[in-house]
Amino acid sequence: MDYEPVIGLEVHIQLLTSSKLFCGCSTQFGAPPNSQTCAICLGLPGVLPVVNRRAVEYGMRLALATGCRILPECSFSRKNYFYPDLPKGYQITQYEKPLAKDGGLEICLDGGRKKRVRIERIQLEEDAGKSLHLEEGPTGGETFIDLNRCGIPLLEVVSYPDMRSPEEARIYLETLRQLVQWLEISDGDLEKGSFRCDVNVSLRPRGATKLGTRTEAKNLNSFKGVERTLRFEISRQHALLRSGKGVRQETLQWDARAQAALPARKKEEAYDYRYFPEPDLVHLQIGKKWIEQIRESLPELPSQRRERFMNQYGLRADDVRILVSTRQLADYYEGCLRLYNRPKIVANWIIRELLRELNQRRWGPEEFKVRPSDLVGLFRLIDQGVISERIAKEVFAQMVETGEKPKRIVEERGMVQVQDEREISSAIGEVLREEKENLAKYRAGKIGLFHYFVGQVMKKTRGKANPQLVNRVLKEKLGD
Amino acid sequence: MVNLEKMRVPIEEVEHIARLAKLQLTEQEKERYSVQLGQILEYMEQLSKLNLKDVPPTSHILPLKNVFREDVVKESLPQEEALRNAPQKEGGYFKVPKALG
Ligand SMILES: [Zn+2]
Repeated sequence: MDYEPVIGLEVHIQLLTSSKLFCGCSTQFGAPPNSQTCAICLGLPGVLPVVNRRAVEYGMRLALATGCRILPECSFSRKNYFYPDLPKGYQITQYEKPLAKDGGLEICLDGGRKKRVRIERIQLEEDAGKSLHLEEGPTGGETFIDLNRCGIPLLEVVSYPDMRSPEEARIYLETLRQLVQWLEISDGDLEKGSFRCDVNVSLRPRGATKLGTRTEAKNLNSFKGVERTLRFEISRQHALLRSGKGVRQETLQWDARAQAALPARKKEEAYDYRYFPEPDLVHLQIGKKWIEQIRESLPELPSQRRERFMNQYGLRADDVRILVSTRQLADYYEGCLRLYNRPKIVANWIIRELLRELNQRRWGPEEFKVRPSDLVGLFRLIDQGVISERIAKEVFAQMVETGEKPKRIVEERGMVQVQDEREISSAIGEVLREEKENLAKYRAGKIGLFHYFVGQVMKKTRGKANPQLVNRVLKEKLGD
Repeated sequence: MVNLEKMRVPIEEVEHIARLAKLQLTEQEKERYSVQLGQILEYMEQLSKLNLKDVPPTSHILPLKNVFREDVVKESLPQEEALRNAPQKEGGYFKVPKALG
């Protein structure tokens, strides 16, 4: 029988607020352990949590950008479980009434096909602390707890099981991550754990509507890990179903040593979180006016911008995908266009030169100091014939390195294109004197050597000679 | 006399709740909580005798909505203070017996 995988994802996204969800502790990453805690996030008795308004607004942004319906009233609940990184013994989350419901995210599959993955709900919750496990030790291993992360606001985004392959799951995650970065509500940093993912997967006969028994894997923090785990799990379930054994509902964990997804150590009791309404937090009522205010503050979304770039500037889909990969890059592109309205030239330059320089240095946008006006200044120097395109690339590398203006670099390093016919003529004379043998071959009919002579002249002038001028003068000298 | 048997919560359920709460109970305690938990449930049962058709469920007794704080960082506790009540600590961390993932 032919089976198809059915995949759903739950993503936890750390929000970029300055303070935690229910207290004023800083959310700064990398502080000394347990230096960003207080009575509230340590779960000491008798304290009162108060909701961070910005966290709610960030959640609203994502809700609106994914077409979710923001519920007129939402509330918080306690999810009870014991783990050392959760000092209260419960996590404050949303259960009965989440922030938003019923939206979707359009993803672009390879080959340009588009697909909508429905989003079931978006909810606000607090993060837990961080555990460091040490295998060795007199007691057979110890766990060290840092509660700085405890109470940092998270959005949980739950998709419907709409994905049909590991690739689709990865593309959904990439699209969602790009969106939260675009909306500036999260840094989406996988390494810092700002973007973590739980996957669930089941198989069913192709065409069937009933879902099969699913398994889950939690807290995956790389897209490769998600793809790898799903691929493994799909083939494992496949084998089970083909051999007539059923799939057991369980939680799996990727085991690097075994290169396999193995059942996670079973908790004694199956999930029984005994949710109940959080009595210390009042309900939130989100009215139309507030929603409209947030909607107006939203930037043009990546999908809208891609569409517009293609229509307005006549760019190819592949180029647009690169230019709209981050909001900074798309803004930069249009910043250049405002000063220099030649969309294709600017797009080419950014995709080929700018990104190459950044990638070579492994730089992010914050390290890149060349302003749009300076890049445009460089284009103008080419247009005016002051430098050749080849030299311009060298100048650009210098601009990236030093942040200096193109004109200054060209002048200081004597990179101005040689326009002086006499200077070029004397360089050609030198080359022809040095290349007596080749000159004879040329005269004997090996006319392909013309380009070789041009190359030698360019070399002698260290690339500064105006190539058209070299061509003309050389032709004259050779008497063609 | 009240009927104790009627109010009892089954022992297995008491054990389940105790496990979730990470409590170890003696046989006597299980007996006692079986009755006491039953009495609590019985007490709450009174609600079902009332006509609450037009009363919306609530988790609050105060008519308050939308209590927010602005996203402003406040000073946290010093590390030593945060760790003060910890039975075990090391290098700025709370130290606990090995936890299962
Ligand atoms: Zn705190």
